[in-house]
Parts: sequence; structure tokens; C-alpha cells
Amino acid sequence: MSAVANLRDLSNVACIVGVDESDEMGTLPHKSQLSLHVEAVTNAVRDAGLKISDVDGVFTAGQHSPATIGEALGITPRYVDGTTVGGCSFIIMVGHAVAALHHGLCDVAVISHGESGRSQVGVSPRRDTAIPGQYEAPYGFGPAPTMFGLITTRHMHRYGTTLEQWAQVAVSTRKWAALNPKALRREPITVQDVLKARPVVYPFTVLNICLVTDAGGAVVLTRPDRAKDTAKRPVYVRGFGEGTEHVSLTQMKDLTFSEATRISGDKAFRMAGVGPSDFQHIMLYDAFTSGPPIMLESLGVAKRGEGVHFFTEGRSTPGGSLPINTNGGGLSYTHTGMYGIFPIIEATRQLRGECGPRQVPGVHTSLVNGMGGMLSAAGTLVLSNEA
Amino acid sequence: MEIDRPLPNPMTPEAKPYWDGLREQKLMLPKCGACGHVFWYPRVACPKCHTRDIGWIQSSGRGTLHAFEIGYQSFNKAFKVPTPYVLAMVELAEGPRMLSNLVNVEPDPKKLRCDMPVEVVFSKLTDNVTLPLFQPVR
Repeated sequence: MSAVANLRDLSNVACIVGVDESDEMGTLPHKSQLSLHVEAVTNAVRDAGLKISDVDGVFTAGQHSPATIGEALGITPRYVDGTTVGGCSFIIMVGHAVAALHHGLCDVAVISHGESGRSQVGVSPRRDTAIPGQYEAPYGFGPAPTMFGLITTRHMHRYGTTLEQWAQVAVSTRKWAALNPKALRREPITVQDVLKARPVVYPFTVLNICLVTDAGGAVVLTRPDRAKDTAKRPVYVRGFGEGTEHVSLTQMKDLTFSEATRISGDKAFRMAGVGPSDFQHIMLYDAFTSGPPIMLESLGVAKRGEGVHFFTEGRSTPGGSLPINTNGGGLSYTHTGMYGIFPIIEATRQLRGECGPRQVPGVHTSLVNGMGGMLSAAGTLVLSNEA
Repeated sequence: MEIDRPLPNPMTPEAKPYWDGLREQKLMLPKCGACGHVFWYPRVACPKCHTRDIGWIQSSGRGTLHAFEIGYQSFNKAFKVPTPYVLAMVELAEGPRMLSNLVNVEPDPKKLRCDMPVEVVFSKLTDNVTLPLFQPVR
């Protein structure tokens, strides 16, 4: 059997049956990180019409191991996965969960995220390891804005992309946030607002950078036979893929193109039997305004250097031909630190038709792509409301 | 002089020739004895051919500004370099890219250009630690 045949065997063999966030999102000094996990999981399992005691596969990334989440939930899972490669880990875990469900390693999988990114309640302190501590921190490098700007200035140099164009990504995303009652920042903004906001790290003002919030999110998956008994319309995982290239940006072959993203997208598209233009809705990990355009280029949805045109020409906005980041994104809805669970939740809601004023009409296939680190790792999903 | 930035921590054994070289104002780079690949950062196997025969060469200290940022705030309380400062990715003439700061330049996006030529300058922080910084070639 060829590798391609094996990939196709994993298409549509499991579905997302439950999604939800924590009870609240934003600035939550009264809630621990672990509580955000438990809120999200209990909410998502209720959304599925299942019970916590049905869950036998636990997937989580970040500071808490799946054993900690299982213990906090009072269950004894028979399958666990703690793959932690950055914020896209939850997107990657959808694929891991599909494979585990398909092979009967578990029957109901839950992917859990909780992060007290803003209030830092119940969070263990970070310590630099050999590479960042030795070769990056002495020069002032550290948090993501001090890294992703390098990718961005190189892209501007190579393709002539401008600050005004990046700003359009923030403006488009905020238009979607205005339609989402759960979004933290909903007031309209203009390109000039973005350009004139507080400079943080050139080329970014604060409005080019994601929020920092406290929140949780969870996704529940099972096989189609079991999904007959769940509460909502199942969303099929038609394709998935993952990849990693580097951690330190000095090891990234081309700062303007994510090889990890390309690998993850190529695998997901082949598994799903779709091409990069077969989507009516796209969710991309927007930690910075320059991220989604570069992801579109790396996925082959846009030509090299032209990803930002999706945002500057009105395609990505409400009423546009290819809505992108319809929850308001990490830029305006919520961003805890490891944002990757939230685009899965939004794509599922769109495919169920639950999104009210921000509902994308006629959506049947949605693309979810996220990065870990600085385009270092990537996960891609092709989700559909039809098997 | 007060140390205005975080000291490298940890300093790992495979990087000892790098840190030793900097104390003598030499920028040393690991080079594979088998395939000749010059790479960054120091490690015990060649990332290209994966043999364990790693030697060291002295870099010319010349390169280009591959990408840059301007920091308008500090992100680490131990980093006290006055703002704004220039965060730089330098591509060395020998091939590898490393992260550093661009100094002796106005921290203004109009004065900075990707691919502008740069050269190393050594900044002694302690008897043990000297860092390689870069400045525009005049």
C-alpha cells in the first residue's frame, strides 16, 4: 500500500462533536490555569451531549501534562498525548486523536487547553534553555514580538510589503470581532489607528500584535458511529497534517516562507483530496498581522508575496469572498499564549451554522492552519460538515 | 561598568570554543571536518552530514544585515540597553546566521536596510563573557 493510500485511509474516520471555551475569557485573576482547562473540557463535553466519564483519550499541550488534566477531571484515560510544539499543538493533536480513534486506542478524545496567559495564576515560571539563554537573551530577544518582526522585515524587503498592508490584516480581523460577542476588542479600527498605535517592536505597533488573555478551550472527537448519539451536527476531519522546521529563527531556511506550514498543508490537502482553493472559510493563527499572509503563501493558497492581498482587497472581511479569522482572531477575540484550540472551535461552529451575524453562508469546507513558535511548527486541518 | 544585559545562561560545554574565542576578540564558528559545512549554533553533530567530526574556524566577522527590528521597550528586566535599540539577524560571510544587536547606527527604520554590510565589534561584559555585536561597515 502506498503512503498516499494510507493518508486517504485516515480521511473522514473521526469527527469533532463538541467544542467550547471556558466560562469566561479575558483578564481572570480569580481563576487558575488548571481551572480554565476543567471549565473548557466540561463545557465542550456538554456541547457534545456526552459525559466526562465517556472520555478515555486526553490530549493537552503546555505546562500541564495529560495526566494532570485526567486527574483534575477525575478520569483514568487509556490514551494520552502531550505533544508540545507551540500554539499549534492542539491543531496537530486533532490528527493524533483521529489516528488513535481510528485504531481503537480510545473512543472519545478530548483536546484541552487552559492558559492564564495574562494573570499568570497557577503558572510555573519560564526558564531559558541552552539556545535562547545563550544566543538570544543577551541581545534583548525573548518574547514572540522580538522574533516575528525579523520574519516581517525580511518579507517587506523581499516583496515590498508595507506597514499599511499589514495593518489591513488587523482592520479586517477587527471587523469580524465586532460580530462576535465573545471577542475582547470589538470597537472598529482603521489603518491609521494601527500605524499610530504604541510602537512595541518595529515593524509592529501594539495593534499588530495579538492580545494576551486568560482562557481555556476544548474539542471533543469520536468516530462517526458514536457521533450518531451526540447532540450536534458532526464536523468531519477530512484531512490533517503537521510539520516542524526549526525553533531558533537562525535555523529557518527562508524567513519569508514556512517549510513546516507547507509540509503540514500538503499532507492535509492530499489526505482530504482537496486543493488550496477549495475552501469557503479559513482560520489562521494570527499572533501578528504578518502571520496569516505568510501562512497563505506557505500553504499555496496565495502566490509568494501576495498573501496580504486577501486582506487588502476585501476578500477576508465580512461579506468577502473568502472569510478569514471570523472569530476576531488572536488579534481581537482572545489569545492566551497557545491560541491553536480556538481556530478549531470557530471552524466547527461555522460548519455547524451556529455563528449568527458572523455566519459564513454556504460553508462546507474550512481550512484551519496554525503555527507553533515562529512558524517553527505547523498544523493544518481540512474540516467539513459532510462525510 | 554596570552590566546592561542578561549574561548568557547557561553556557554549554559544546560552545566552549566559541566563548573562549570571544574573550580573545575572535568570532569562532563550528565547521564540520567531514563535509566542510560551517554552521551556527554549536552542536556535537554536523546538521548537514551528521558526522561527529566538528572543528572550529575564525569568522571574518563580516556579513550582512539579514533582517532587523527596533525595540521600543525592554522585554527582560535584566536587559537595560537604552531604547530604541536594534535587534539584528546577521548573515555571516561564512554562511551561518546569528542573532545580535546592530550598534553605532541610528535606530530608525529609514537608516536600516536588509542586506546592508555589517561587521563584528566585540563588547566585553565580564572577564568571562564577551559578546559579538555588529555595526554597519563604513
